[in-house]
Amino acid sequence: MTEYITLDGNEAVAKIAYKLSEVIAIYPITPSSPMGEWADEWASLEEPNLWGVVPQVVEMQSEGGAAGAIHGALQAGALATTFTASQGLLLMIPNMYKIAGELTPTVFHIASRAIAAQALSIFGDHQDVMAVRQTGWAMLSSNSVQEAHDMALIAHAATLKARIPFLHFFDGFRTSHEVQKIALISEDVMRAMVNEELIAAHRARALSPDHPVIRGTAQNPDTYFQARETVNPFYAACPQIVQETMDQFAALTGRQYKLYEYYGALDADRVIVIMGSGAETVHETIDYLNARGEKLGVLKVRLFRPFAVELFTAALPKTVRAIAVLDRTKEAGSAGEPLYLDVVNALYEAWEGALPRVVGGRYGLSSKEFTPAMVKAVYENLAQPKPKNHFTVGILDDVSHTSLDFDPEFSVEPETTVRALFYGLGADGTVGANKNSIKIIGENTDNYAQGYFVYDSKKSGSMTISHLRFGKSPIRSTYLVTKANFVACHQPNFLERYDILRDAVEGGTFLLNTPYGPEEVWDRLPRRVQEQIIAKRLKFYVIDAYKVAAENGMKGRINTVMQVCFFAIAGVLPRDEAIAQIKHAIEKTYGKKGEEIVQMNLRAVDSTLERLYEVRVPERVTSTIELLPPLVGNPPEFVRKVLGEMTARRGDLLPVGVFPVDGTYPTGTTKYEKRNLALEIPVWEPDICIQCGKCAMVCPHAVIRIKAYQPELLASAPPTFKATDAKDAEWRGMKYTIQVSPEDCTGCGICVDVCPAKSKSAANLRAINMRPQPPLRESERANWEFFLSLPEVDRSLIKVTSIRQQQAQQPLFEFSGACSGCGETPYIKLATQLFGDRMIVANATGCSSIYGGNMPTTPWTTNAEGYGPAWSNSLFEDNAEFGFGIRVAIDQHVAYARYLLSQLSSELGDLAREILEADQRDEAGIYAQRERVKTLKARLQTLDRPEARRLLPVADYLVKKTVWLIGGDGWAYDIGFGGLDHVLSSGRNVKVLVLDTEVYSNTGGQASKATPRSAVAKFAAGGKPTAKKDLGMIAMSYGNIYVARVAMGGRDEQTLRAFIEAEAYDGPALIIAYSHCIAHGINMMTAMRNQKAAVDSGQWLLYRYNPERAAHGENPLQLDSRAPKLPVKTYLQMENRFKMLELSKPEVARALFEEAQRDVNTRYALYEYLASRPVTVGNGSH
Amino acid sequence: MNLESLYMGLRLKSPLVASASPLSDKLDNIKRMEDAGAGAVVLYSLFEEQIRREREALHYYLLHGTESYAEALTYFPEPVTYHASPDQYLELIRKAREAVDIPIIASLNGTTLGGWTRFAQNMAQAGAHALELNVYYIPTDPYLSGAAVEQTYLDILAAVKGVVDIPIAMKLSPYFSNMAYMARRLDETGANALVLFNRFYQPDINIETLEVTPNVVLSTSADLRLPLTWIGILYGRVRASLALTSGVHTGEDAVKAILAGASAVCMTSALLRNGIEYIRTVESGLRAWMEKHEYESVQQMRGAVSQMHAEDPSAFERVQYMRAISEYKPTV
Repeated sequence: MTEYITLDGNEAVAKIAYKLSEVIAIYPITPSSPMGEWADEWASLEEPNLWGVVPQVVEMQSEGGAAGAIHGALQAGALATTFTASQGLLLMIPNMYKIAGELTPTVFHIASRAIAAQALSIFGDHQDVMAVRQTGWAMLSSNSVQEAHDMALIAHAATLKARIPFLHFFDGFRTSHEVQKIALISEDVMRAMVNEELIAAHRARALSPDHPVIRGTAQNPDTYFQARETVNPFYAACPQIVQETMDQFAALTGRQYKLYEYYGALDADRVIVIMGSGAETVHETIDYLNARGEKLGVLKVRLFRPFAVELFTAALPKTVRAIAVLDRTKEAGSAGEPLYLDVVNALYEAWEGALPRVVGGRYGLSSKEFTPAMVKAVYENLAQPKPKNHFTVGILDDVSHTSLDFDPEFSVEPETTVRALFYGLGADGTVGANKNSIKIIGENTDNYAQGYFVYDSKKSGSMTISHLRFGKSPIRSTYLVTKANFVACHQPNFLERYDILRDAVEGGTFLLNTPYGPEEVWDRLPRRVQEQIIAKRLKFYVIDAYKVAAENGMKGRINTVMQVCFFAIAGVLPRDEAIAQIKHAIEKTYGKKGEEIVQMNLRAVDSTLERLYEVRVPERVTSTIELLPPLVGNPPEFVRKVLGEMTARRGDLLPVGVFPVDGTYPTGTTKYEKRNLALEIPVWEPDICIQCGKCAMVCPHAVIRIKAYQPELLASAPPTFKATDAKDAEWRGMKYTIQVSPEDCTGCGICVDVCPAKSKSAANLRAINMRPQPPLRESERANWEFFLSLPEVDRSLIKVTSIRQQQAQQPLFEFSGACSGCGETPYIKLATQLFGDRMIVANATGCSSIYGGNMPTTPWTTNAEGYGPAWSNSLFEDNAEFGFGIRVAIDQHVAYARYLLSQLSSELGDLAREILEADQRDEAGIYAQRERVKTLKARLQTLDRPEARRLLPVADYLVKKTVWLIGGDGWAYDIGFGGLDHVLSSGRNVKVLVLDTEVYSNTGGQASKATPRSAVAKFAAGGKPTAKKDLGMIAMSYGNIYVARVAMGGRDEQTLRAFIEAEAYDGPALIIAYSHCIAHGINMMTAMRNQKAAVDSGQWLLYRYNPERAAHGENPLQLDSRAPKLPVKTYLQMENRFKMLELSKPEVARALFEEAQRDVNTRYALYEYLASRPVTVGNGSH
Repeated sequence: MNLESLYMGLRLKSPLVASASPLSDKLDNIKRMEDAGAGAVVLYSLFEEQIRREREALHYYLLHGTESYAEALTYFPEPVTYHASPDQYLELIRKAREAVDIPIIASLNGTTLGGWTRFAQNMAQAGAHALELNVYYIPTDPYLSGAAVEQTYLDILAAVKGVVDIPIAMKLSPYFSNMAYMARRLDETGANALVLFNRFYQPDINIETLEVTPNVVLSTSADLRLPLTWIGILYGRVRASLALTSGVHTGEDAVKAILAGASAVCMTSALLRNGIEYIRTVESGLRAWMEKHEYESVQQMRGAVSQMHAEDPSAFERVQYMRAISEYKPTV
């Protein structure tokens, strides 16, 4: 009997790949990472493959490494697979040619994704797979979760027979992350599909000293060509093999697939040719339109390579007059997109009779919506006498006018399908609850169920939108819900910001989580919401979910509460049955986490029903509350019109013409957002404050600022503005203020935790304390604006080595979208305070490139003079080289500018000499040079010499620039290590900041070589058995690299010193910064204590290695950590990433914890020895 | 010389018991305790509250930040089973039972009735010879009467007695209005032993950071006096066995405890300070004293100087206190 389960595309594919593989090489990349995570998890649980053995699941340092490892495993006769997407797939290309050239059977599973061009995108399209279509791999496309599950098996079976490697791809997010109810393939079916003799044949071809051969030879002009042509018969045979495999699969499961599957009217006049999830939407739309008299068809391309011209052509109805080929990719400058060109060619070669008209179009890039309305527009275009070719659909192209118009109101969704939208706050459990609801409905009723989830680009305070469908027929709607008969808003303040009821249908249901009861809620709603409730005759329910959750000990997780409400009022299941199922699901989901968790949730279920109220809707709109503007503070026009629309979630409506052509955007835009995330904000107590500056230093979002200023400036201060006498001796006579930006704070509370000053009469009152934000919002907003109007402290007068003074420097990195309490951002902010006005940043892909550069707004900003960091992200793997290139270019500009300046010395006199000889080692020197260059530029305007005209564009380089290469440990320790090593060894003046969170944080916490021993991480589900790589030691081995290991929470003054020394060092510098992370499973508010414990236990060693000291006869290595005084275990037990291992594998944990202690002891002894060695100058040793 | 002692129905080869401490969380240490001559081992306390909080914290932090951001929908792999602390504890009971011959007494520190009974059953099923219920309870509610507090103790005992058959020891604090009354009520409710007394954790204040800090202070021989007094008073008046805990650091201390009436002499601080093998030293002291004073067995010693058998029974009471005060001569 067929077993049905609800899961997402990644899991559906991983289930097959895992069972049919012996070697699995993995590396994280969105959206394919979960496939690797499943594989690692199953292996750690010793789940066997189809042949009874646990596959080897190995994490590599990059996708290039994974492809190499797979190539090797295949050459050694193993069944091997990997999972990847996007840039990862590009890194595999060289090996893919080899694997195909050697006719080696394997399957790579691809959650296909956009390629970074003018910008990175993690979302789905076919740009990645289209970039490898020339490698000689078979390419098999899946259109849905069920197909991805099925086609994975078909690919694994067919590759063995065909000997051609297979790329199995499905749409990133739309399929990889869509949750669907599918029929599960049994192991018996897998066994029947995979031919053991073919496996034996694959093994017989393996490299073995028992029957040695050589492969991978070099060939010459005499033979390479002919040898390259030998494989043709295999490609010719491949399509038939795949079809036979599909037929065999159909015989076993009843699910029949075709290489080129036609659906629609047998006498269709218009046909769309398409691959991937969009085919489902076309299929659904055809049903609707053909039922209304149209003659339409769709040809779903499953086998894209080898492209079987005859079979493709034969699959089209002979009646077709016009064909639209839809490509989910973009090839700028080509004659057409790849599928289009293939179709044109196929018809040209094999169509008999008059050729139908063929047009090509692009759709769905980066998961752009592809809806029935767009499908209809494509068919309508085909009906035109001269249909538009090379069109786009889904956007408004007002530049090249490629886009087709479509009617956004057109819908084909059957009334019998329940369509629900849930707006949740990232951390509240909404998505989890909805996934759970889908499982309940999918697995306990005969309904089909679908769930798709849209997430925010910010990591803190983010909004999630769940799109759910349930119905009696299979659900082919691969687009978002826009006609919702149930809308739930789990976060009351969303109503003020977004048009939440826009997609509700007339007569639908609206559920709101609100602190206000059924009698009071109406008056609290914005006018627009009231209007929609009345106009659409919505049934309106309220629940105070936060209260119910809190009463049951669930700390802001309202998942269970809201799920109960949904089932209670949506009517998908009878209420009692639904409640019983929820309770059953709670026991199943939380059982292993302990009885307490189960009981907590069960209690919440019962108390929810008593607190859910229907609201009697008044007949009249009474509210005067308007929707808040997306951006505030008078932003420039571009920011307001473009970034503002994106912020308001209306980016889909922006036309092509408003966008920069080259991906260039202004900085300093987060300040317009005012996200008001914090429920509580820090409030300063000037009388208690010792003005140490620590609160400002640790603030991850740069919302705590310090200024010292002349007392008379207070004359125009708002009434509640706080000020006190500056305590610093050098600031005597000045006033001092610590001001919080109330609307940018995320409420993490780290500032309070690190504040060392306590009230003399009540120890629980510090110099900074968290207080509820709403009552303070207005007054503090005015105070913040006044504070910004105060002049910055003169940079040249600030003693930068003193935190209390240094923290008055203006941060040029503010209000990022990083997690609340982020451990990385304080370091970046510190660098911008110190050097931001002359800084260029090369940022490796990862968390820092996302919170630094994810649209719509950026935290990188400028000072009052307009100076500030210039920032760019190239790739993940090449950041060191990218930054290096920037450095080299700047050095060249400097050399050229100096040369030109010297050429002009007779005209410029002393000015030229002063500029050329300037000492720019401190702020005063840099300021003076800036002034000189200003004068120079003015003078150059007046000089009529070619040198002057050439000097003008490069004159600014005469002011010292600092190049920072910023990235995480995944970059520095793993994928980018080769490049980093090379760049550091070059001796060039680059500053490398490694934000070491000890995992791949951005992709969800996969282990890197920086992950410490015994930590549980994805890809190290059984606890990392090996020690952390000592990157600092490797760098120190060169002798000419400044190296520092810092932890702000361990010793902040050492961190500050390291940054200053690293920048001052005239050569390469590496700062490895301990960055606590949400992926550590810790309380982020007290995370600086974790940093301190890491340092006190010796787990994180602080040191600075300054080659300049050697020149003075001193030991270059200064050990800044004292001998470990805290047992490592005490530190490890503070973090759930380690504690998890104690709970899941206690014996392993005990052994690894002991080894971790030995690591610490050994390392400390080694560093202590190195730091205490006498140094001899002159013979090269130090 | 016979050191055997009958403690709540368990035949101990020696009255010296390694009391609940972090030392007993390793199987090796439990073996060393047996080798050093311990008559029984009380395992470290399983704190119900701690288990609950740990689970809640783990649940909370593993879910924190999940399902918010498309690239990182979770941050941890999902283990199929959590060996939460009780599992490890039960495993330790099982392994200790296999590894040593001396009785293994599980120690439970609970906060809810449900927690007490559930974990007590688990511990009994895992093979614990007996249970020590550590009712570590500091009432701070000014509206809670002493009688209600006392009733809590009795309810817990009754509930646990209702679900397990193995002997139950109640570890108590001295802070009752009438210790003797409380002892009688517990005795009547079925306590098989009374362990006197629990040393409450009393936090310290760090005068530099102005923080309340956890600060475990190990006992000294001076702490022996209070339990010694109450063992002496209760000996012979309750059916339950008596165990003395707090302040046993030397052979002489052990001698005093037994003379006062203790069936079991529990040590924690002495072992934390001097190591597990120190049990041997205390035993030598006990033996030396017995030899010198020609005692053949511990049985013979027990309660010899209890209030019931002391030459001057009033020595345990107020009369003696007044005399002690009046005879005290300051030395400065």
